[in-house]
Amino acid sequence: MIPLSWYLIVSASLFSIGLFGVLARKNAIAILMGIELMLNAVNINLVAFWRYLTPEKITGQVFALMVFAVAAAEVAVGLALVISVYRRREIVAADEIDMLKW
Amino acid sequence: MVSDPFDPVKIIADWLRDLMMNTWNFSGDLAAVILKAIGAFVIAGLVLMIFIVLTWVERKVAARFQDRIGPNRVGPRGVLQPIADALKMVTKEDTTPKNADKVAYNLAPILSVFSVIMMWAVIPFTEKWIGADLNVGVLYIAAVGSFGVLSVLMAGWSSHNKYALLGAFRGVAQLISYEVPLFLSLLVPVLLARNMGVNAIVRAPAHWKWFAWMAPLAVVIYLVSSLAEVGRAPFDLLEAESELVAGYHVEYSGMKFGLFQAGEFLHSFTAGALMAILFFGGWQGPGVDQYPILGLVYMIAKTAVFYFIFIWSRVTFPRVRIDQIMSLNWKFMVPLSLVLLMGIPILDYFFQNDPLRIPVLFGFNVFLAVVALGFASRGVKRGRRPRVRFEGRPVAVPPKEDEVAA
Amino acid sequence: MPPTLMQIIFLIGSAITLLAALMVVTRRNLVHAALFLILTLFGISVLFVLLEAGFLAVVQVVVYIGAIAILMIMAVMVTRNVTGNETRTFNKNYGLAILIALLVLSGLVVALNHWPALNTTTQDVDTSTVVKTLGQSMFTAEAFVIPTIIASILLLAALIGAIVIAGPGKAGEE
Repeated sequence: MIPLSWYLIVSASLFSIGLFGVLARKNAIAILMGIELMLNAVNINLVAFWRYLTPEKITGQVFALMVFAVAAAEVAVGLALVISVYRRREIVAADEIDMLKW
Repeated sequence: MVSDPFDPVKIIADWLRDLMMNTWNFSGDLAAVILKAIGAFVIAGLVLMIFIVLTWVERKVAARFQDRIGPNRVGPRGVLQPIADALKMVTKEDTTPKNADKVAYNLAPILSVFSVIMMWAVIPFTEKWIGADLNVGVLYIAAVGSFGVLSVLMAGWSSHNKYALLGAFRGVAQLISYEVPLFLSLLVPVLLARNMGVNAIVRAPAHWKWFAWMAPLAVVIYLVSSLAEVGRAPFDLLEAESELVAGYHVEYSGMKFGLFQAGEFLHSFTAGALMAILFFGGWQGPGVDQYPILGLVYMIAKTAVFYFIFIWSRVTFPRVRIDQIMSLNWKFMVPLSLVLLMGIPILDYFFQNDPLRIPVLFGFNVFLAVVALGFASRGVKRGRRPRVRFEGRPVAVPPKEDEVAA
Repeated sequence: MPPTLMQIIFLIGSAITLLAALMVVTRRNLVHAALFLILTLFGISVLFVLLEAGFLAVVQVVVYIGAIAILMIMAVMVTRNVTGNETRTFNKNYGLAILIALLVLSGLVVALNHWPALNTTTQDVDTSTVVKTLGQSMFTAEAFVIPTIIASILLLAALIGAIVIAGPGKAGEE
């Protein structure tokens, strides 16, 4: 059978891949993709813990659903911001958006 | 129920399993996987075979509506016409634009057919013949339906063609907008049957007490949303064969275009099948208990009726503009389906086992439809431009000598 | 001991997920990255099915692939770099980012190894009533109705915010 550690290793790897994407990519939308990967890794973790440790309570799945909702909201607003910045300055690279710096 | 009704699928499956496990000594897991793979292959093959019949039906019925005969040269009454069409499409030149994104370009038509065939995994043909009896079947159908949107986007973008991309954007806007009333009206039979599995929804209504009588407004909303989701007339701005030169699949030729057409026809057939299953009782009908194979006949008959309604609406209505499509969706269909979804469980809770259940729910639907149409007609009257008398010179008349040209 | 069917499916599914995730963060062409993101999300849905959370698997496809991924692809297509030359893939923190990611991964693995309950295997769970239990717990006052309401208000706020930020705007704006 599949021990819990396998799922946790998969989700830890996915989380660190997403972390690398957030820290190293230039394009703002690619950073958002990295954030999505991290949120999905958290979801795998939650559901794995639900299944292995407390399958009689439904709390794990409800928490995962809340993470879905929060991820959707965050992507919507993040992409709206990126598109709005692009409309003004034609910039998508995150480190070139420095209009607030002194 | 009769103790051992004639079930050919079960007989074949048992024989195959016996063959694999005893004579060839496969393990139980491997035999199960192979059986399921064979089942999936059979369902997918059947669905693709249906496409051949569908093209013939579409052309003949549309022709009869337009007071002509339709294909009648190839084979008796044109029955072999789809084979001629398929041969033509296969032998056409397969062009690819020079800067097209090869992977996305080739993947898009495959995805469009893929999403439709995946839907057939949860559709019950009779009581026992179902691909996978998921207990979240309706949500699975909604999920797989949103795959088709991806294929439109990929087709439009990978063609490296501005107009295809614009057509794809409009198409995606229409598709994802109409997913909202589609899902909301799909939830109505789920609420009435108290179960999300498709087979349970088919089994739930008692004989002839279909959900269509309890929620006819949901049927109408589902019909209109399906028409918009599939991209059929009157919502076929996505392809607009006579106007935009085929929109987002303008760069496709040959068999890839054939796959897009297959996806569209199969999607409308699947939408008809879903309407038959969810609202009109699916495989139920007189005599299914003794002869389960009658369920297949009933299901195909009901699906054929709805496919006929789809073809009928295609040849009847003029095309709707994209802004009219959007405003119809967001200003009319979404509020209406939300109010319907709120009202039906409340009423159903009080009238659960009452014989008055069907008349009360039907009355609520009619009341809601009248109120909604009242709002809509007021909105239409307000939006109409006032007609002004044209005071100028009519165009086709030459100016008199004492008048200067306008 | 030969791997069982579930283990084979798990290994294939997680291999596809992790490889596709690596492709997501390393592709220069953003539409390809978005398509690999869709493959990753699909692989995660397969993992959910293996964890017997069927409802969540289907919700993952509907929400992530059917809405979020499509939104990302459309945003990528709208904000294409029109000067022709796409910008570089990685910014100047590339090496430090790899280091931090590897540190986080090894830190998590080491920390997990010290946890006694790490190698538990599954008890059987009855999944036929999961949808009903989920619905009841999300809408019952003793359970999670308040987080559900807050999540729906959050989504409403995000909807209005996205329209305000990226919408047509007032007529006189540049």
